[in-house]
Amino acid sequence: MPEGAFFVIMVTKIVVVFGLMLLSVTYLTWVERKVIGDIQVRLGPMRVGPHGLLQPIADGLKLLFKEDIIPQAADRTLYILAPAIALIPAFISFAVIPFGDQIRLFGQTIDLVIADVNIGLLYVFGVASLGIYGIVLGGWASNNKYALLGGLRSSAQMISYELSLGLSVVGVVMLSQSLSLVEIVGAQARIWFIILQPIGFLIFLICAVAETNRAPFDLPEAETELVAGFHVEYSSMKFAMYFMAEYANMITVSAMATTLFLGGWRGPWLPPVVWFLIKLYLFIFLFIWLRGTLPRFRYDQLMRFGWKVLLPIALVNIMVTAVFVALR
Amino acid sequence: MEWLVFVPLAVMALVTATLVIVLRNPVYCALSLVGTFFALSGIYLLLQAQFIAVVQVIVYAGAIMVLFLFVVMLLDLGHELPAWLQRDRPRLLLGVGAVALLLLELAIPIASNSSRAPQGPYTSEVVGAIGNTQLVGRLLFTDFLIPFEITSVILLIAIIGAMVLARR
Repeated sequence: MPEGAFFVIMVTKIVVVFGLMLLSVTYLTWVERKVIGDIQVRLGPMRVGPHGLLQPIADGLKLLFKEDIIPQAADRTLYILAPAIALIPAFISFAVIPFGDQIRLFGQTIDLVIADVNIGLLYVFGVASLGIYGIVLGGWASNNKYALLGGLRSSAQMISYELSLGLSVVGVVMLSQSLSLVEIVGAQARIWFIILQPIGFLIFLICAVAETNRAPFDLPEAETELVAGFHVEYSSMKFAMYFMAEYANMITVSAMATTLFLGGWRGPWLPPVVWFLIKLYLFIFLFIWLRGTLPRFRYDQLMRFGWKVLLPIALVNIMVTAVFVALR
Repeated sequence: MEWLVFVPLAVMALVTATLVIVLRNPVYCALSLVGTFFALSGIYLLLQAQFIAVVQVIVYAGAIMVLFLFVVMLLDLGHELPAWLQRDRPRLLLGVGAVALLLLELAIPIASNSSRAPQGPYTSEVVGAIGNTQLVGRLLFTDFLIPFEITSVILLIAIIGAMVLARR
């Protein structure tokens, strides 16, 4: 492939994925409000556009034009940087996730993944673990007790659940003998890993909810005790960036669950990209459903559950899988 | 070509490492150290050690430094170090002495032209053929099994020690 074509294809892929991601993030707010509304037997947004379809745009414009307030006692540099630190990892981890098979376009073979790295799985974990900084630093830089407590809580929570999250996918790595997400999808040609690794899948799912700070693990922003949590001082676009980071993380985690356990873009009849999106949105719907259904954990319950339940189960799961892989 | 990536990374590593000890605010110090880890990770990538590079980010930048920040924020060290950590002469001399020794140690092999050192069996081609992660794993569980196990036992002891101290 000539150098120029490679460059054009790469840039196109990045722009398309990034654009779709932004669009999804915007409209996920609408989806979430509609689904939650339905669960609570009300209509949700209805006024702006048909069925409130223009609501995200109205919200976005409103946030953009709001006054940007920086508390006087805040650490200005970090206060401004923190939302960006939260947002960037949320978006760049999608780079290694394959969203379709190879396609042929204008005589070129194009892989439907931005970068097939041989350590793709670890890359996602590495990038995701950096997102914590955005939250911790935002909480600290605001110079507000509630914000600090929210930030500290979230760092403790995310580190605790990151462990089980990492261990839950070791089984998948052992079965597929690879850390590349493209090869992991390839290894699921015959059978999806959700069938071979049901326990790993469950642990992954629970930890994923905890990692994205969503209900029932949304302690960093428990309104009832912390006012709003780490972002209590944030306003305008900076607040919006935290919001976008949360939704972008939701998309990334759903994409990871799809790739690792549901065979990625594999599926009969429909084109691969469509299958990928169906599975992705299935997980996102599950996330919203959970939020509409479950009450929030108490902090000690959360920690006990993470360390004393999930972690041992994940370890046992690894051992059992190792025995089976060795005997195979 | 390699220099184009290496020099900025090396400069970044040195600058951020210096900032760790120069800056006044402990939170900024911790963040500078994160910057150092990133620069190191980049250098590992340059050496085709992708696995080590990512593990560096996951373990050091993603977990250990977050815990450091956690402690710094909880202790609320503010902008000034406590009195017992302020500069005092014996400590300073000790530090300078240790650094000088380390530099000497590094300078000797560089001065005696280490580029003529024998080449190991793991060239870029070999690593590329077997796969970086696979190679690290294989070596850890064969040639370096005993050091690897000893390290894990030491870590285990440290964890148990932390538990015992925390319970007191």
